[in-house]
Amino acid sequence: MLLAMTAADADELRAFKVTGDAIVEPLGGARGDVARGRAIVVDRQKGLCLLCHTGPFPDQRFQGTLAPTLAGAGARWTEGQLRLRLVDSAKLNPATIMPSYYRTEGLTRVGAAWQNKPVLTAQEVEDVVAFLATLKDPQ
Amino acid sequence: MIRLVAAQRLLVPAAMMCLAAASAVMAQTIDGRRSGFDFMSRDSQQLQRDDTANPGMLAVLDGEGLWNAKAGRANRSCADCHQDASTSMKGVAARYPAFSAALNRPIDLQGRINACRETQQQATPLPWESKELLALSAYVGNQSRGMPIAPPDDARLAPFRQRGEALYTRRVGQLNFSCANCHDDNAGGKLASAVIPQAHPTGYPIYRLEWQGIGSLQRRLRGCFIGVRAEPYAYGAQEYVELELFLMSRAKGMTIETPAVRP
Ligand code: HEC
Ligand code: HEC
Ligand code: HEC
Repeated sequence: MLLAMTAADADELRAFKVTGDAIVEPLGGARGDVARGRAIVVDRQKGLCLLCHTGPFPDQRFQGTLAPTLAGAGARWTEGQLRLRLVDSAKLNPATIMPSYYRTEGLTRVGAAWQNKPVLTAQEVEDVVAFLATLKDPQ
Repeated sequence: MIRLVAAQRLLVPAAMMCLAAASAVMAQTIDGRRSGFDFMSRDSQQLQRDDTANPGMLAVLDGEGLWNAKAGRANRSCADCHQDASTSMKGVAARYPAFSAALNRPIDLQGRINACRETQQQATPLPWESKELLALSAYVGNQSRGMPIAPPDDARLAPFRQRGEALYTRRVGQLNFSCANCHDDNAGGKLASAVIPQAHPTGYPIYRLEWQGIGSLQRRLRGCFIGVRAEPYAYGAQEYVELELFLMSRAKGMTIETPAVRP
């Protein structure tokens, strides 16, 4: 098995505030970049999204069947709602299998290469949020 | 990441595929439980069914050679004590892991074989995942092919099996998955290109196309830990024996397929 290291920094996570079912304020850093966000979403070592989700990515083979399609996600949810779903989906549904992308607490037996690192950095989360927000078409 | 997904699968030479199905192993479905065999492509199923094509049979043949070879300071072969494996080892793999009174804990089949090497043959134990240990396990396991998994009714195993169940349902790793999240709740679903099987240990050691080689259940379980970015236990760790005890009780009555082929 190949383990690709993520670029996620081992620094302290940035603080964020949950309001209802959303994180309204960006996690910080530069504004999310749509193209970078797309690249992360289709990257099987980094975003991992397509291991579970399908989505409007005709160029991507072998999309998973474990989760709803990402098509239309930007119409169904606000950026703030998408941000919380990425940061820590378990806050909304403790039984979910969707990984918490920006969380390092409350995990067990994390592999040495991944300890104290979130799956995505704050900037990467913002990039993915910016991209998901463009997915308005439910097809 | 979740590199449970074989990027490149070994392509099965066409010549191997035209050989007719010979062995007894068939699709098995019992009360909703399904072997990993059922989730495979027809080509892989065919490869497993045909002993002349199944690459795992090479390990079985190697194992037969080792079974008859004298070893250790005792200068005795397995056969010197156990004679014909088709009689003495029939059904043994179907009831392992078993409780070892000498060690006061359960041991898996590999551990049992190594115990004989150490105490009976007075030879150094074979390293985990070594060609020799896999070959002997495949040979002994193959003697139970077609037999139902029959975990021993031994109260001493119960606390270890319970620990195995707790390990099975505990979420681990950066991606925070339990075995049950995939193998109970999402079996049959697709994780990218890989169909998630129900995790029945019916065919170990297996020939895995992604490994292009034979490997133990421990190796398979390590792969699942690494896939969710959890720290795998070291080879030989008690946790693997506990997980296997639980998996074997879950698979009770299902048919041994050793050596199985898996993607
Ligand atoms: C291990 C599987 C898995 C992975 C990997 C995963 N998700 Fe999810 N995701 C789910 C599941 C299952 C749901 C359904 C909701 C739930 O379980 O709470 C979901 C829900 C969502 C939703 C809400 C869907 C809707 O419109 O109702 C969004 C948006 C989402 N995921 C985006 C992502 C993105 C972006 C990634 C990659 C960065 C990702 N997911 C990775 C399993 C996964
Ligand atoms: C993220 C999902 C996932 C998790 C979590 C997971 N596995 Fe797996 N497991 C798989 C997939 C996918 C395969 C099949 C791989 C393939 O076909 O390439 C597999 C294969 C197996 C097999 C082989 C079954 C056979 O037919 O030989 C066993 C046994 C198994 N897993 C046990 C476990 C155990 C025990 C755990 C917990 C320690 C675990 N798995 C955690 C996805 C998972
Ligand atoms: C000097 C004699 C001797 C040799 C050599 C020997 N064994 Fe054993 N083996 C035993 C004895 C004695 C037992 C224990 C029987 C019991 O306690 O029920 C045993 C038990 C076993 C068992 C467990 C059987 C069961 O029913 O649980 C296996 C498997 C086994 N041996 C495999 C091997 C293999 C493989 C080799 C060669 C690498 C080997 N043995 C070499 C004497 C020997």
